[in-house]
Amino acid sequence: MDERVIICKKLTKRFGDFVAVDQISFDVGKGEIFGFLGANGAGKTTAIRMLCGLSFPSSGEASVAGFNVFRQQESIKKNIGYMSQKFSLYEDLSIVENIQFFGGVYGVPDKEISSRSNALIQKLGLQSEAKKMVGALPLGWKQKLAFSVAVFHQPKIVFLDEPTAGVDPVARRQFWDMIYEAAASGITIFVTTHYMDEAEYCNRITMMVDGKIAALDTPGRLKQQYSADSMDDVFYQLARKAKRVDD
Amino acid sequence: MKQLLVFVKKEFYQVFRDRRTLLIMFGLPVAQILLFGFALTSEVKNARIAISDNAVDVNSLQIIQKIRASSNFLVDSDPINPNQINTVLKKGDVKCVVIFPPGFGNDLIHLGNARVQIITDGSDPNTARTLLNYLTAIIADYQKEISTPEVLPYSIITETRMLYNEEGNGSLNFIPGVLALVLMIVCTALTSVAVVRERELGTMEVLLVSPFKPVMVLIAKAIPYLILSLVNFLLILLLCVWVLHVPILGSIVLLFLETILFILACLSFGLLISTITHSQQSALLLSIMGMMIPTLVFTGFLFPLENMPLIFRLISNLIPARWYYLIVKSIMLKGLGFEYVWKETLVLTGMTLVLLIISMKNFKTRLS
Repeated sequence: MDERVIICKKLTKRFGDFVAVDQISFDVGKGEIFGFLGANGAGKTTAIRMLCGLSFPSSGEASVAGFNVFRQQESIKKNIGYMSQKFSLYEDLSIVENIQFFGGVYGVPDKEISSRSNALIQKLGLQSEAKKMVGALPLGWKQKLAFSVAVFHQPKIVFLDEPTAGVDPVARRQFWDMIYEAAASGITIFVTTHYMDEAEYCNRITMMVDGKIAALDTPGRLKQQYSADSMDDVFYQLARKAKRVDD
Repeated sequence: MKQLLVFVKKEFYQVFRDRRTLLIMFGLPVAQILLFGFALTSEVKNARIAISDNAVDVNSLQIIQKIRASSNFLVDSDPINPNQINTVLKKGDVKCVVIFPPGFGNDLIHLGNARVQIITDGSDPNTARTLLNYLTAIIADYQKEISTPEVLPYSIITETRMLYNEEGNGSLNFIPGVLALVLMIVCTALTSVAVVRERELGTMEVLLVSPFKPVMVLIAKAIPYLILSLVNFLLILLLCVWVLHVPILGSIVLLFLETILFILACLSFGLLISTITHSQQSALLLSIMGMMIPTLVFTGFLFPLENMPLIFRLISNLIPARWYYLIVKSIMLKGLGFEYVWKETLVLTGMTLVLLIISMKNFKTRLS
């Protein structure tokens, strides 16, 4: 690992007596596809919110894209992209308008926006749909477009929170092709998912159980370690130990 | 700054693409102004009235002639006989019956007093009372015409004037109220819905992760509605002047500034609602319950505040629209300047600030 873009040391978040995230430590390298797994309520979302600069950690240390999560939230936000499980584009704006809006919000210059959006629309093969409302597109296309918008401002890291929820297998496969392409261009991918077959596509995986990191390794070595055939199996073995009730 | 422009542009796209929002924004004020201006006036025009003239003499005919001449009444051409009175009132065709007894004119001239009976449909007490007043006035007028002034050694003549509304134009009083109501709906309801929608659809999350400052999201949301509300305000003023013929006596600039202040109060309230609700429906419901109904009840434009019990009068002080209503009435209808409305302005400013501070605080605590 030559360059580390996310460094987490004993990162903790407490809500009153409840410890949502309990001293997690990990590093993510540049261009890596980092899978972040865990049952509902394991603390994934809380951890992501801290890394994205949306909430302050209670203790510990972390830096994202070289910026401190306590003091440099603004700089972090400029250097990351984000896409959530809820579809995150405006359905009542056209494809071009969505790109222009998010490009503008991230401060991409106008000239850049128009040249990059032309290239993007060509790449996605959406020339004839460019002026149509996003709401009219099929879900698979929407997700691909949402991902393209999330990396439009060329961030160092992109956080994907269950990006493929509800998408059919073919579209999911295409979606992951886009992720690989982005990673190859040097963008670090931080992804959460519930699909264990997708977990296999990641370079490395973290399993969170009850706010702690229960396992962290490549999918291959994790399967070896737990003598499991699939990631599904690994997940069940780890998740079964959870004491926290799903909330 | 450029980011803000991009955001405002996007808001405008969304407003203009949503037919429902557009309808509420521009259809509502027109409909309300026309409704309140023409349909819901307190004066009664062209009320159907029946006459049972059992005297048929000069005096009764003269009075009937006067009633016919009034624009308030539409006299049924066929006189009815006394047995029919109940039937026509029950059918609801006429609101009022005037009965002249046999020998009405005779009694009047020879005895010096005569009786005329007026029966009204009391199931609608407001109309009944108004018609009664009109008729009594007509008869009193006639009485004055035929009596010689020397008969009374003393006479007190009441001279009445309805200041600021000499013609008794019923739509005058409604306009400031409708203005307050429309601005409230557009600013409070639409703003709160617009913010909650972002949260419901998940786009708010994306915005919060972006370098765009959270408070700027609120400002960017508020700007389009502020502009559209001002357009609305001008639209209502134009309708008032040209369609309802209500003149604007005071300074338009002052009225404009006061309106901006009121719009800010409404926007703050809309933002406050958006911070405490989770769905567009509940935001809309809360805006209606929290703003529209109190505005209708407590501003005094539909129900006089003076008649309310003390506790309701105290509550009415908390409604921003009440103060705005007073301000508009003073400036628009009475032509008064700032020196007469500074107190109301101060109250409104205070309310705006309090609402704004609470909603900003709420918004920030919701984020963390």
